[in-house]
Amino acid sequence: MSDSHAMETPLAVEHEARPELRHHFADEQQQRNAASLGMWWFLGTEIMFFGGMFCGYLVYRRMYFTEFAAASRTLNLPIGAFNTVVLLCSSLTVAMAVRFAQLGNRKMQVRMLLLTLVFGLAFLGIKGKEWGDKYKEHHIPTFNHYNVISGEGALTNVKGNAELLGLDKITDPVKRQQREAEIQQRTKIFYSLYFALTGMHAIHMIIGVGIFIVITWMAHKGRFTPEYHTPLEIAGLYWHFVDIVWIYLFPLLYLIDRRGA
Amino acid sequence: MANHSEHVASARLYWLIWLALIICTVLTAYVATVDLGKFNTVVALGIATFKATLVALIFMNVKHTSEKMTKAILISAVAWLLLLLFLSLADYSSRLAG
Amino acid sequence: MATVAVPVEQKNYLNAEYGIRSWLFTTDHKRIALLYLVSITAMFFVGGFFALLIRLELLTPAGDLLLADTYNKMFSMHGQVMVFFFLIPSIPAVLGNFLIPMMIGAKDLAFPRINLLSWYIYIVAAGLYLWCIFSGGVDTGWTFYTPYSSLFSNTHVIEAGLAIFIAGFSSILTGLNFVVTVHRMRAPGMTWGRLPLFVWSHYATSIIMLLGTPVIAITLVLVVLERTLNLGIFDPSRGGDPVLFQHLFWFYSHPAVYIMILPSMAVVSEIIPCFSRKRVFGYTFVAMSSIGIAVIGFLVWAHHMFVAGISLYSALVFSFLTFLVAVPSAIKVFNWTATMYKGSLSFSTPMLYAIGFIGLFTIGGLTGVFLATLGVDVHVHDTYFVIAHFHYVMVGGAVLGFLGGMHFWWPKITGRLYPEGWGRLAAVIVFIGFNLTFFPQFILGYLGMPRRYWDYSHMPEWQGLNVLSTAGASILAVGYLLPMVYMLWSLRYGKIAGDNPWQATGLEWKTPSPPPTFNFDETPIVTEEAYEYDKMPLPEEVSLER
Repeated sequence: MSDSHAMETPLAVEHEARPELRHHFADEQQQRNAASLGMWWFLGTEIMFFGGMFCGYLVYRRMYFTEFAAASRTLNLPIGAFNTVVLLCSSLTVAMAVRFAQLGNRKMQVRMLLLTLVFGLAFLGIKGKEWGDKYKEHHIPTFNHYNVISGEGALTNVKGNAELLGLDKITDPVKRQQREAEIQQRTKIFYSLYFALTGMHAIHMIIGVGIFIVITWMAHKGRFTPEYHTPLEIAGLYWHFVDIVWIYLFPLLYLIDRRGA
Repeated sequence: MANHSEHVASARLYWLIWLALIICTVLTAYVATVDLGKFNTVVALGIATFKATLVALIFMNVKHTSEKMTKAILISAVAWLLLLLFLSLADYSSRLAG
Repeated sequence: MATVAVPVEQKNYLNAEYGIRSWLFTTDHKRIALLYLVSITAMFFVGGFFALLIRLELLTPAGDLLLADTYNKMFSMHGQVMVFFFLIPSIPAVLGNFLIPMMIGAKDLAFPRINLLSWYIYIVAAGLYLWCIFSGGVDTGWTFYTPYSSLFSNTHVIEAGLAIFIAGFSSILTGLNFVVTVHRMRAPGMTWGRLPLFVWSHYATSIIMLLGTPVIAITLVLVVLERTLNLGIFDPSRGGDPVLFQHLFWFYSHPAVYIMILPSMAVVSEIIPCFSRKRVFGYTFVAMSSIGIAVIGFLVWAHHMFVAGISLYSALVFSFLTFLVAVPSAIKVFNWTATMYKGSLSFSTPMLYAIGFIGLFTIGGLTGVFLATLGVDVHVHDTYFVIAHFHYVMVGGAVLGFLGGMHFWWPKITGRLYPEGWGRLAAVIVFIGFNLTFFPQFILGYLGMPRRYWDYSHMPEWQGLNVLSTAGASILAVGYLLPMVYMLWSLRYGKIAGDNPWQATGLEWKTPSPPPTFNFDETPIVTEEAYEYDKMPLPEEVSLER
């Protein structure tokens, strides 16, 4: 980095005693504020990033409500709820890690960060299992075996879906076939959005885990003090944000219409 | 040099918030199975927003931050999102209705 | 470093270090700006090459130079390269990068390493796009409309989409850097009311970059996923709605027009007061109109979709909102004009570009109001009228602003003056060439010539105007090449500029040219408002002989 040979001698000397302070900032307060402001603006862009998909979701949910509701019922509610709890726990441990950094407790800081990693990976593992189940049920639009009408993944296997989709009232085989084709097509959009949204969320989780591995290592090396723990703090903001995205994804994807389940 | 007085929340508060978040998750999963008519969606999104607000205010320290801009950024980003959703859905609603 | 201590020559950002590594690993915002300058200029010539082929094809009514498919690729890649790889980064990443820290009295942007990262991201994106070009190109039009892009096109849509997705991150990081810098790095006394209008405009631009770019990023990802993983989101044969793609695309791409034009307005707001020797008229209004454009610019996107099947009620609302966005733009034009009124004007090269900008932007903006009117839009939709309209804004506006700004700050960037006589000549050539190229297209469009046609042999009477347009394009090309030549020449032979050749206000003129690595030897303290031209001496008359 070119700042190693700062031109102004007084500043350069001053900076030697303050290794975290980069050359172009007047003091730590300014640097800290800049970093946190930057992260908040980044999270603002992230809101819009997911927002594009939320917009698509809302439009199609409005258009094809019954098919969306029926497909939503095939998602595993207990596992989804459990995964939400796992993620909320990880948010608690991140908040606690920041708190222990503020208090200067390195040992507890590292423990909390390790717990965060465990929760984060557990979330991803559970998500992976859910995706695997979807593959077995032939619910992934990518594959040609996609099928929500018959077989293991038939929507009508779920209680109440036949009534919801109106399949129980159609007796004419031609009309039934037409309706089934329609359902096949419209649920495909639900699952496309489901995989796009949870996939994009999972990518953010993976990036988060990567960041927190570095942060944990830094904490282990004792880099964070009550005065300086900006990296931990802004990484924490990112983690909480990814958590908030899931807080919305859970009801939007799993709970479209579970009445009477 | 570091003259900022950072707000250190009590551990008790973090645990309480965590507990509230867990209860809300269980609640939202349960309420979804009860027939509230049109209000199922409202309740689900209401609970989600409540949870998100708790995380933002306490865990992300928006409530006690010394940074004045944080709230402004949050509000403008959410406002922009609502703008996208509202104006797009306005097209679909008036189109499908007509 | 210490061994080359030459007492006479002052150390500046250019001679502080030498060698390719000192450029590729620099975190100095000024060097990064020059890296961007070289890269976007290269992309400009790529895009210009496609434009050349388009104009040559349209010289004759028959489709005789290019195959129809090749022509489709030419206009698609012309648009994508020019919009995403030249216009959007042009002024912000070059002049904004160079000047914003200096104008607010900071040593650097808030995140210098992220600044360098954003250049590397741009290079990766541009490299991927070039690869897409050389492996066969893309023919979706610059807009990637579905279902053509997601289903039917058998060209390299995935590479192009990913390249633009990646370029978006470069733009987001630049915007992030600017916003945080303006908030956090201002020198003592540099209050919001004293910020140069250049900074205000870039602040507004950055907000659009931050809140708009992610939406197109995710939209292009969805198109790529639709092509690769068979996810059906926009494809009507899979129950999707192509109009949804247009909503999401234009939610970014309309405000993107303001990403291109606001920085140009930023440049003009600096040039006009300097060469009128007057304070800018209505500072607060000009500053607030930038923010106004950024906000209202997000409320108008569906005016691109009036004939795409959106609801009539929605179209009416968007038409009305589009009229509204003309108000802040008009405020700017009136204030610039009022600044010039009774000023002591001198028509140096930057001022010629600035005045050209005002005229051309006004035409571009007003034809935008025509297009916002539902009835007119239905008539001229997808014709050359639209092409002419947005080229008046993007070339007549954004490119003229870029050229004007490059001339205005060239002495600061390089420490040398460009030859003034050649500069004025080039400015006049650009103006004439531009109008000759694009004014006939308004008429062609009104006569009904559709955009994206490569063969108009059913309407041979359109040829005359097309010949004029092609002739104008060649003049315009000369106008672009001239500054390239004499500016490179001036690097070695130009007259030494001195700290402040224009006697302009602003902190960037208070440091040496070229500036030292950390801009200011000591942090400046600001005590006066921007544009105190009544306190500045007049510049020496710029001699035309040089």
